[in-house]
Amino acid sequence: MNAPHIPILRQGKPYQSLDVQTVNQLGTEDPAAEISFACADMIKYDLHKMGEAREALKRFSGNELVEITKKAGELFLHGDLPIGTEGDLQSPDDYVMSLAATSGLPHSLIRFNMTRLGGLFGQIDDIFMGLSRGLSWDVLDKGYGEQGGAPVSFSATTNELAVILPSNSPAVNALWIPAIAMKMPVLLKPGREEPWTPWRIIQAFIEAGAPAEAFSLYPTQHDGSGAIIRRAGRVMLFGDDSTVKQYENDERVEVHGTGYSKFVIGEDAIENWEQYVDSMVESVSANSGRSCICTSTIVVPKYGDEIAHAISKRLAEIKPLAQDNPEAKLSGFANPKFAEWINEAVEDGLVSSGATDITAEYRDGERFVERDGMNYLQPTIVRVDSFDEDLALREFLFPFASVVECPQSEVLEKTGYSLVMTAVTKDVNWINQLFDHPEIERLNIGNVPTNRISWNQPHEGNLFDFLYTRRSFAFAESA
Amino acid sequence: MTADEAKAQLDERVREMMAWHFSDETGCPFWLDWMAEAGWDPREEVKSYDDIIKFPHFQDEWLRDEKNERFVPNAYKGRPFNVFETGGTTGLPKQRVGWDDYKHDYEQFSGQLSDDFFPKGGNWIMVGPTGPRRLRLAVEHLANVRGGSCYHVDLDPRWVKRLIKRKELDQVERYQAHVMAQAVEIIKHRDISCIFTTPRLLASIGERISISDHGIKGCFCGGTSMTPEYVRFLQEEVLENRAQFVPTYGNTLMGLAVSIPQELPGKDYSVTYYAPQPRAVLRIVDADNTEITKDYGEYGRVELTTLTQEFFMPRFLERDEAIRREPHEKYPWDGVGDVRPFGALTKKVIEGVY
Repeated sequence: MNAPHIPILRQGKPYQSLDVQTVNQLGTEDPAAEISFACADMIKYDLHKMGEAREALKRFSGNELVEITKKAGELFLHGDLPIGTEGDLQSPDDYVMSLAATSGLPHSLIRFNMTRLGGLFGQIDDIFMGLSRGLSWDVLDKGYGEQGGAPVSFSATTNELAVILPSNSPAVNALWIPAIAMKMPVLLKPGREEPWTPWRIIQAFIEAGAPAEAFSLYPTQHDGSGAIIRRAGRVMLFGDDSTVKQYENDERVEVHGTGYSKFVIGEDAIENWEQYVDSMVESVSANSGRSCICTSTIVVPKYGDEIAHAISKRLAEIKPLAQDNPEAKLSGFANPKFAEWINEAVEDGLVSSGATDITAEYRDGERFVERDGMNYLQPTIVRVDSFDEDLALREFLFPFASVVECPQSEVLEKTGYSLVMTAVTKDVNWINQLFDHPEIERLNIGNVPTNRISWNQPHEGNLFDFLYTRRSFAFAESA
Repeated sequence: MTADEAKAQLDERVREMMAWHFSDETGCPFWLDWMAEAGWDPREEVKSYDDIIKFPHFQDEWLRDEKNERFVPNAYKGRPFNVFETGGTTGLPKQRVGWDDYKHDYEQFSGQLSDDFFPKGGNWIMVGPTGPRRLRLAVEHLANVRGGSCYHVDLDPRWVKRLIKRKELDQVERYQAHVMAQAVEIIKHRDISCIFTTPRLLASIGERISISDHGIKGCFCGGTSMTPEYVRFLQEEVLENRAQFVPTYGNTLMGLAVSIPQELPGKDYSVTYYAPQPRAVLRIVDADNTEITKDYGEYGRVELTTLTQEFFMPRFLERDEAIRREPHEKYPWDGVGDVRPFGALTKKVIEGVY
C-alpha cells in the first residue's frame, strides 16, 4: 500500500488540508503517511458545533450503542477498514505494519495491544456498570431513572471528550472508547507518529453503525493542542508531574501523568520472594515498560540484592530484536533523542554510590543500543540504598525499576503516590492500612502483576463521573 | 508595463533618491554624516538598483538610538512630523518620522482594491494595533480616500506578547475577548462594509458573528505570516466565501506589499506579495551571504529597501523569510511568497499573536 493520506475528520467528514506533513518510516526516507494538519482556529470553530455531534449520538439508545461498540471491536480486530482518502482498505496486518513503521513498536507488542483494545469494546456493558456503579443505560436514554431504589438523573458536563494522544502508546486509546456508548462525541488529537490506532478505531465504529459526526480527528501543531486544552469541555491528556500540577485545579482537564506504580512484598511473604519473580518481571517489562501501570519501584523488607539479581537475570533476556520477530518485547524509540535523554538521566542517577545498575552484569552490551536504525534502551534494574536516591522513585519509558529495602511499617510514608500498587501480603492490619491510604489509586492484594488492570473500575479518574454530573430532580404530580 | 520598463523605472527612482538624500539641500543629517564617514558619494556610485548592495544593511537600532530629528530631510526642515513606532515590547521603541508617505502608500493601495468588495462610500472598521502606529492613520486615510469613515478598536500587541512570554494564555484569551466584544458591538450596530484587521482577530470575530451577514464585503488583512491553509480557512470559512480576503505584507518602514486575491484559490492559497515599487523594493537574499539574490522558487531572507523622499532605508533585513516568486503581469517585478518568520523551522518565534 502506498503511504495513505490521513485527513482531518471534522465530525466525521474528511478534510484535506493544504498543510500536509509526511511521516517517514523510522530510520528511512520512505513515507509512511501524509497527514493533514489543522490550524488552531479551525478547531476552535468546530468546537462550537460539537453539540450537533452529541445530538447525533443521542438519537441512538444506550443499548444500540452497546451493540455498535461490540461490533466495532470485532471490526477493529478483524476487519478491512477504510484508510486514507483514496478508497483503500486497511487489513489488521496492514495496521500492524503501519504502526510498526512509524512507532518503533515490535509487531508482537502491537498485536498484544490490539488484542487488549479489541477486548475492551466487548466489555462495554461491564465497564459502564462498573464506572456508573450499576446504572442502567436507560437512565442515560431518558435522562433520569432509578439506581438502587434511589432517584437519579445525570446531565452531561460537556459536548465532547477531547483527548491529546501520545505517539508512543496505542493502548491509551482504551480510555476514550467507552465514551461513545456513553453518548459523548470524541475529539482526538493523534500523536504525530501514531494516527493509525485512533483512525482505525474510528473507522471500526463508523462501519459498525455509529454516526460519523461523533468522531473528530485533528492532527495539529502545538497551538492546536493548546486550543483544544483551553476550549474543550472535557480534556484528557498525558504528561509529566509538571503537567499534572498545571491542571490540578481545572476540573475540565484530566491529566494522565507518571504512574509511579509499585510492587511491594510484606514481611509475612518475603521469605517466599522467589515465587513472585515472574510477576515482578512482567510488572516491569510488560508493554516494553511504557505504561504508567508498569512497576517502577520494588519495595521489600529484605533480600533486596537477591531480588534485584534474580529479576535482572530474567530481564536481561529481553533484547532488541527485529521488529517482526515474534519474540520481540522491547520497543525502539520513534524519536531517537528520547532514548539518549532517558539514558543520560539514568546515568546521572548512577553517579551516586548508593545506586548500582544490577542488570549491567547480565545484559549484552550497554543499556543504550542501536539496531536497524533505531535506538533502544535495554531493561535496567537499579539497586538503591534508600528512597533518598534519585533513581528510587523514577519512571522511564522502558523496562526500568529500582529495588529498595524498607521496613514494612515505613512503606506508606516513603512510597508516596502510586497509580497501581501490588502488595504481596496476608497481614490484615497492613492490608487495612493500605486500603485506607489515599495515594494509592489501584490496590492489588496478592501476587498480581501491576500491569493487569480492569476497565470496570476507575483508572486515573472515572470516565463516567468526568462526562456526567448528577443532578437533583422532581416531577410535579401533574407533569 | 513590462518587466524591463519596471526595472528602468526603479533604476531612475534610485538615481533620484541618491540625488535627494545625499545633497545638502534635501538630505537628512543622518545620511549626510554617514556619507562623510563612509568616504564615498552614493550619487556617483549608485546608478541603479543593482548598485544598492554597495550600502551596508540598514540597522533598525538606528531608529531607536538616533534622534528622530536626524532623519528629517533638510527639504522638510521646520515641518512637524508624525512619529510612527514599530512593534517592540520593552524599552524605547523604534520610531520612524513621516509626513505624507502613508497617504501616498494607501492611496496607491486603494487603486488595487475591488470596488465590488470594498465599495466606495462604505465605512470601515479597524481592529488591531492603533496607538502610535502608522497603520492607525493609514487605514483611516484609506477609508476617507474611498469616501467612507473609519471606526477603531485598539489592541495592544506589546501587552499580548508579554502575556504569552509569561505563559498567561488564559489572560491572552480574556484580553482578546475584551477586544472582540468591542469590535462585535460596532459591527453589529453600525453600517460597515470593509474591515482591516489581523488574521487571528478576523478569525476571532468570525467565531462570534457571521462577518458577511453583518454587511462586510471586503477584508484587508496584514500583520503576521499566514500559511496557505490558514488563508484558505479565513476565505472559505471565516468569510464564508462571501467577502473578499485581501492579504497584505507590510510594516511601518515599507508601506504595503499587495497580493492578488482573486488568484488565491487557483494557487492553493499560496500568497505572493508585490512591493509598492518603485517606492519600496523587496529582495529575497541568501541569509548567509546577503549580496546573493536567491533563485526563483527558493526560500531566503526578506531584504527591504525603501526609496521615498521622506525616508531612505537601504537593504534592511526583515525578520521574515519567503520564497522568491516570478514577476506578475500586473506587478512586473519579483514577488515574495509564503512569508514566514525567519528561522521558523529552527526556532520558536512569538509571532501572530494578535
